[in-house]
Amino acid sequence: MEEEHSELSNVERRVRALETVMTQKGYIDPAALDVLIDTYQTKVGPRNGARVVARAWVDPAFRERLLRDATAAIAELGYSGRQGEHMIAVANAPGRHNVVVCTLCSCYPWPVLGLPPVWYKSAPYRSRVVRDPRGVLAEFGVTLPASTEIRVWDSTAEVRYLVIPERPTGTEGLSEEALAALVTRDSMIGTGLARAVGES
Amino acid sequence: MFHATWEPRVHALTIALGATGRWNLDMSRSARETLPDYLNLTYYEIWLHGLEKLLIEKGLVTSDELSAGCARLAPVPVGRVLKADQVAALLAKGTPTERASVTPARFKLGQRVRTRRTPAEHHTRLPGYVRGKRGVIERVLGVHVFADSHAQGAGEDPQWLYTVVFDAAELWGSEAKLGHSVSFDAWEPYLEAA
Repeated sequence: MEEEHSELSNVERRVRALETVMTQKGYIDPAALDVLIDTYQTKVGPRNGARVVARAWVDPAFRERLLRDATAAIAELGYSGRQGEHMIAVANAPGRHNVVVCTLCSCYPWPVLGLPPVWYKSAPYRSRVVRDPRGVLAEFGVTLPASTEIRVWDSTAEVRYLVIPERPTGTEGLSEEALAALVTRDSMIGTGLARAVGES
Repeated sequence: MFHATWEPRVHALTIALGATGRWNLDMSRSARETLPDYLNLTYYEIWLHGLEKLLIEKGLVTSDELSAGCARLAPVPVGRVLKADQVAALLAKGTPTERASVTPARFKLGQRVRTRRTPAEHHTRLPGYVRGKRGVIERVLGVHVFADSHAQGAGEDPQWLYTVVFDAAELWGSEAKLGHSVSFDAWEPYLEAA
């Protein structure tokens, strides 16, 4: 434990040294760093993607635009830019399930999902989901019928993928906002399903 | 997303220093992948070490300055210093990689292709598990900045980009699980007609 603690301190010292030298040389504005940190900790996250999915569930014309040109459709809701410059939306359906990975690093659609969770960046997820997606999904608690075809999308270029999960049954009367609350981060990566009504 | 408070700082430093324009995203990825201790580092340690390496390689700082935590040499001119009020616009704009096409696409939808067999000796986005495999062109994604050339400082060298889909059996042989396929996005130089 002691070693682990000093290891962490070394990294912290190293980051502090880098930040200090960069500031002294005038390459960075510390206020810009604060804005960047705040943006990715509080402003950009999977609630953005959930709004996109909920809109697709209630508005067939939007869904069609989303499947045809996701970058433009997502921009209609105000989400665009870095690590979401070229978006493709892929829809789950009965018999068809989509799951997204970046086997080479950790490419992820930041404007709609924020920054990736730790497991998404881990070597085991990246290497295993392309080989045994059914086994990996089972570990996430997702068991699909044997007849369901699974497509794994490996984000190797600058195209970023958003999964549109299936709309849960019994949600016909729900508002768009209530529907968005059912859309989890993992359901938009494909390692989860949208929540059922009343499921926490 | 983040384990420790230094991690978002590394993420922010990477974006802010990338805005100086002294390197591109593909060079960043290449710098990280070629770290000698890549396998022993945590995710954001890789980002930190990769960033330090680029800063030293591009002459913005020396390793002595980083060790000392103190600037000793005068700064070199950079294209831009990102200001707080420019962050939102920078992120909203992003860095689109699509370019106008000047040559027709070599492959068409539904065509069978084979991926290059030989490993690249430079940064590439052709994963090892799809080398020398037969798949089908599923989408034509337009012409995009070619990561392999861009990472080497050889310009954008835009190339046609395709989504290529493979059956699991083609990738994994007899150990393939039933009922799945894998697709990846391939620039034209990764592919030949099959």
